[in-house]
Amino acid sequence: MEKKDYKEIVNRHKPTESRVANAITSFLVGGLMGVISVFLTELYSYLFEIPTKDATTFMIVTLIFVACLFTALGFFDKWVNFAKCGLIIPITGFAHSIMSAGLEFKKEGLIYGVGSNMFKLAGSVIVLGIASAAFFGAIRFLIFGGV
Amino acid sequence: MTFKYNNVYINNQSTVVGPYEKKGPLGNKFDKSYKDLYCQEKSWEMAEVKLMQDSVEILLRKARKNIKEIDLIIGGDLLNQICATSYALQKFKIPHLGIFSACSTSTEGMLIAANFIDSGKIRNAIVSVSSHNLSSEKQFRNPVEYGAPRPSSATFTTTGGASVLLSNTKSRIKVDSATVGRICDMDQKDPNNMGACMAVAAGETIMDHLRETKRDVNYYDLIITGDLGLYGKEILKDYMASEYGIELSNNYSDSGLMIFDIKNQKETLAGGSGPACSPLVNYSYVFPLIEKGILKRVLIVATGALFSPTFVYQKNPILSISHAVSLESVR
Repeated sequence: MEKKDYKEIVNRHKPTESRVANAITSFLVGGLMGVISVFLTELYSYLFEIPTKDATTFMIVTLIFVACLFTALGFFDKWVNFAKCGLIIPITGFAHSIMSAGLEFKKEGLIYGVGSNMFKLAGSVIVLGIASAAFFGAIRFLIFGGV
Repeated sequence: MTFKYNNVYINNQSTVVGPYEKKGPLGNKFDKSYKDLYCQEKSWEMAEVKLMQDSVEILLRKARKNIKEIDLIIGGDLLNQICATSYALQKFKIPHLGIFSACSTSTEGMLIAANFIDSGKIRNAIVSVSSHNLSSEKQFRNPVEYGAPRPSSATFTTTGGASVLLSNTKSRIKVDSATVGRICDMDQKDPNNMGACMAVAAGETIMDHLRETKRDVNYYDLIITGDLGLYGKEILKDYMASEYGIELSNNYSDSGLMIFDIKNQKETLAGGSGPACSPLVNYSYVFPLIEKGILKRVLIVATGALFSPTFVYQKNPILSISHAVSLESVR
């Protein structure tokens, strides 16, 4: 049988993923994350009498801490599996990816395990994120003269 | 390539499983189970070592044999350098052959053992395989705690160790023949749809076997593939019908769908997989039926995806292979 005929058979028996349901779940959970973030920012700003900009940093640190804690406690992966991009895209997903990789390689020791594998998933986000930031920063500088 | 055997029998078999398999439909048929995926060890890799070691020890106990009476032990698993096997079997200090054929390792091992025994080179041999859900996840996919969502065509690696004793001593189950598979490439690149990668290999091996033994597909009471899963099973049926005009119907089943209750065990998605999947189902459920004579002729077609993340990232297809072993009930 030709490869393309086989591919046709495979496609015939391919399950359809419920994209709409996944998108709605992600949208709602992601939205909820946004609401929580705004609430936290306002709360910190009110409690500590600090400007919104500083309160935002506090909020991010809180979310990172909570995501890492929940990952370590072992149930955040189930939430991610349910909410999908609703929890992966926000800062919680980033923290969770580093934490889970760190936990995974704990048995191989600090150097060959945790240290070298912690950024297994987040590494590409950091590298490509910094690279694109430099690239777009350069464009902005060239066009708008750094304003 | 098909070998016919005159003097090879299956004397005994053993199975050890993890919690998910225990909760499955065959749960009460396994020799031993662990409630925890660590199996009282420090890491998942060592847990897999323990599963295989346990299965060999239970087999020796069930067969009332001393390890010194065993001529050869053949083993394989899914981890890099088949390390779980080496660490598990070093304890026994008898001649060992390590083999890799992904999830078709069990039938490859039986085939090698049968050839040695039939030729009179050895009297008996143990074939062991193991797989562990989390050690495989760690090696092939994302960190376990990451919980990355997976499509419904993905399969769930079984946690277990399984061993079988083959020898020239007559028993209720005779190894009738075995077919060595060929490596197949249908340009499949989706690691989340292994059934699609492997179905073609199963089809080719079944066809080679039927052709070389001049048998009809209905000659067998049961043809049981390894771990094609829900979608792979349908692909194989479709492939056999459109390529060879052969209809796989009531006498065809897949181990991946028998080890888990995929309707209620949602996490298992399209079904079980891994080197232990096929032997766990066959040793615990199919072999007793052959012994009782309920099934007279069975063709075991374990299927393996020869998958390497590195090669797939380099844009190569996922290759697959399948080896078949034909068993007969002896009265």
